[in-house]
Amino acid sequence: MADDKDVLRDVWFGRIPTCFTLYQDEITEREAEPFYLLLPRVSYLTLVTDKVKKHFLKVMKAEDVEEMWFDFEGTPLKWHYPIGLLFDLHASNTALPWSITVHFKNFPECDLLHCPSNSVIEAHFMSSIKEADALKHKSQVINDMQKKDHKQLWMGLQNDKFDQFWAMNRKLMEYPTEEGGFRYIPFRIYLTMSDRPFIQKLFRPILPDGHTHTLGDLLKEVYPVAISNDDESKRYQVVIHGIEPLLETPLQWLSEHLSHPDNFLHISVIPAPSD
Amino acid sequence: MSDNAESPTETQKDEPSTPQQPTEDSGTADEKKKIDVLLKAVGDTPIMKTKKWSVEKGRTVQSLSQFISRFLKMEANEQLFIYVNQSFSPSPDQEVGVLFECFGSDGKLVLHYCKSQAWG
Repeated sequence: MADDKDVLRDVWFGRIPTCFTLYQDEITEREAEPFYLLLPRVSYLTLVTDKVKKHFLKVMKAEDVEEMWFDFEGTPLKWHYPIGLLFDLHASNTALPWSITVHFKNFPECDLLHCPSNSVIEAHFMSSIKEADALKHKSQVINDMQKKDHKQLWMGLQNDKFDQFWAMNRKLMEYPTEEGGFRYIPFRIYLTMSDRPFIQKLFRPILPDGHTHTLGDLLKEVYPVAISNDDESKRYQVVIHGIEPLLETPLQWLSEHLSHPDNFLHISVIPAPSD
Repeated sequence: MSDNAESPTETQKDEPSTPQQPTEDSGTADEKKKIDVLLKAVGDTPIMKTKKWSVEKGRTVQSLSQFISRFLKMEANEQLFIYVNQSFSPSPDQEVGVLFECFGSDGKLVLHYCKSQAWG
């Protein structure tokens, strides 16, 4: 079990070296130097980029500044997806540092949600946790918590406090021993080649006869194209937190250890590099 | 009753819909399938006379929320919150079809809507 605790820590402290560059058409008073930052995989872009904003505002006039947003190679980055998911989905097989472009104009209304303050991120985060618990425990665990417990989850994430977050989050990861797992696994499968936001369905980690469902079983059921047969070359990579877990990994274990703080297992299916 | 051209009585039989897009390729066929959504007002938020709507699976929570706001003739500065299971507000880019599959019961998805934050 000691090893498994280490997994939680490794997931929490995952970082992505990132270079922020101001979009070329933004109007500045002098040249804008790029800004480098280690981004926490489990956090949200708009939660950890105050420094980026400050850095670029130094060279801009106040009247040229609207809501800040980001893109990677022309794709607007959704702040309400965890950072690690954005990287896995859009930039997995590109060179580091991750090169993100910063905008202060022409907010892409169709692609992005507005994020006027951290309370919007908090509301989104707590909603995700509640949705996940509705799937895992029919909302019983999250409803039994008090307001201050909810706050502790959020503050733990916002301030990057692993112990503070997990002291509360472990309750959301419990289940009756006789059932062997959650009711349903909160998961989302994202496809780069689809316009749909993601696939989410009801999927049990353990069957009534005790059979354990694996990551491979889940993919076979909801997105079989992602799995290649033995005799063909691999077309897709199935990525969680930057790694390709074995398809034999039990889903329950993945849900407990590789879920994001929002309690969802975010799974990226991306085209395999062709070389 | 005013003789408003946008009067919902004309359109309520079917879907809360912006004009139908011409049919695209077959890949979107599944998203065009419809599900039943039951809309319930919370607190002092105005009710809708028609509660049950047939909605395309691929439609997002955001577009449904815009429809309700227009239907209730809400001001631009008024917010609308939507809840599933009377507990969480789904992300605006979530598809109602996904919510139906995960949280629907008795062949329909019940959504509560409210002008102020109702739950957590």
